[in-house]
Amino acid sequence: MILDLSKLFKKTKNSKDVAKERLKLVLIHDRANVSPQFLEMVKSEIIKVITNYMEIDEDSLDIQLTRTKSDDGSGVVPALVANIPIKNVKSSGR
Amino acid sequence: MGEVIVITSGKGGVGKTTTVANIGTGLALMGKKVVLIDTDIGLRNLDVVLGLENRIVYDIVDVVEGFCRTKQALIKDKRFEGLFLLPAAQTRDKNAINPHQMIQLCNELREEYDYILIDCPAGIEQGFKNAIAGADRAIVVTTPEVSAVRDADRIIGLLEANELRNPKLLVNRVRMDMVKRGDMMSIDDIIDILAVDLLGVVPDDEKIVISTNRGEPAITDSKSVAGQAFRNIARRITGENVPLLDLEADAGFVHKLKKLLGLKTS
Ligand SMILES: Nc1ncnc2c1ncn2[C@@H]1O[C@H](COP(=O)(O)OP(=O)(O)O)[C@@H](O)[C@H]1O
Ligand SMILES: [Mg+2]
Repeated sequence: MILDLSKLFKKTKNSKDVAKERLKLVLIHDRANVSPQFLEMVKSEIIKVITNYMEIDEDSLDIQLTRTKSDDGSGVVPALVANIPIKNVKSSGR
Repeated sequence: MGEVIVITSGKGGVGKTTTVANIGTGLALMGKKVVLIDTDIGLRNLDVVLGLENRIVYDIVDVVEGFCRTKQALIKDKRFEGLFLLPAAQTRDKNAINPHQMIQLCNELREEYDYILIDCPAGIEQGFKNAIAGADRAIVVTTPEVSAVRDADRIIGLLEANELRNPKLLVNRVRMDMVKRGDMMSIDDIIDILAVDLLGVVPDDEKIVISTNRGEPAITDSKSVAGQAFRNIARRITGENVPLLDLEADAGFVHKLKKLLGLKTS
């Protein structure tokens, strides 16, 4: 087991790391230049497609543009993350 | 043929006017012919930072509206040979000028001066559009704070959309003691995030406030670290290759002690 000593002593994150994290996130949104209307459009299209196959909780459906590590781990890339609670899978979809 | 450089930032209060005053003075001290244009119409500032507020007769709006010749409106700085100021109008608004007029003005000045530095107002509206219209290149000023870097990113995007490619970044008000203890983003962090070239780093320095009080740019103060940083930046603008300042002199006591004792301080 590798013990990370710095973690033992550092109770909270450096404020500069917090700043970097927040900045990166806010820039993804700024640079992507997507409006809330755009996200709403994407959301309603997704709902349309998915409801053909399953019953979902439309009110708790959440879509966000965020960022994630790229597959090769070399950098950070924008990602569309959707949280879609499924109530029931329609039998015709199986 | 002179070069027109716009100094811009998006966010207000990050040091555009301070930068224009200091770099302009620095270029003049290097023997260049320099005009500083204040395009912050309605909120003129550059005149007081330079200590030239009592000498204004005509302003930029008078020039573009043809009330006077450009030469008549230029205030010659008697302390620094080759330095001139074209002040903003104080009682008009940003719409008193349009980008087309700015391009004409810049083209006229370019004939006779080596550098035309444009002090841009905060924001991304008309004043910004005027300020960048006639520029050949851009310097983006930021401070190591989330809001300022975010605005810088937006400005960089807008500059590129307006054919002002490869803007150079100036990071102002850096405190190495805070960077060392992890409470301020480092230059590398900022460059990494914005993905632009670095023009220079200016430390936070109380001498800037003192020099602004007196109307004498800090670049003339040999003891000011910020002044030294601005001298280096002025030289880089003329194409010289000047290494970055060692801001470590500014670092905290513990760091200095560790350095003295030969401990690694990363
Ligand atoms: N490197 C610095 N160290 C300390 N104070 C600074 C520094 N740069 C700018 N300031 C101060 O910050 C304030 C805003 O600077 P200014 O140049 O007027 O910004 P802007 O033109 O971008 O609005 C001024 O009071 C100025 O004296
Ligand atoms: Mg200003």
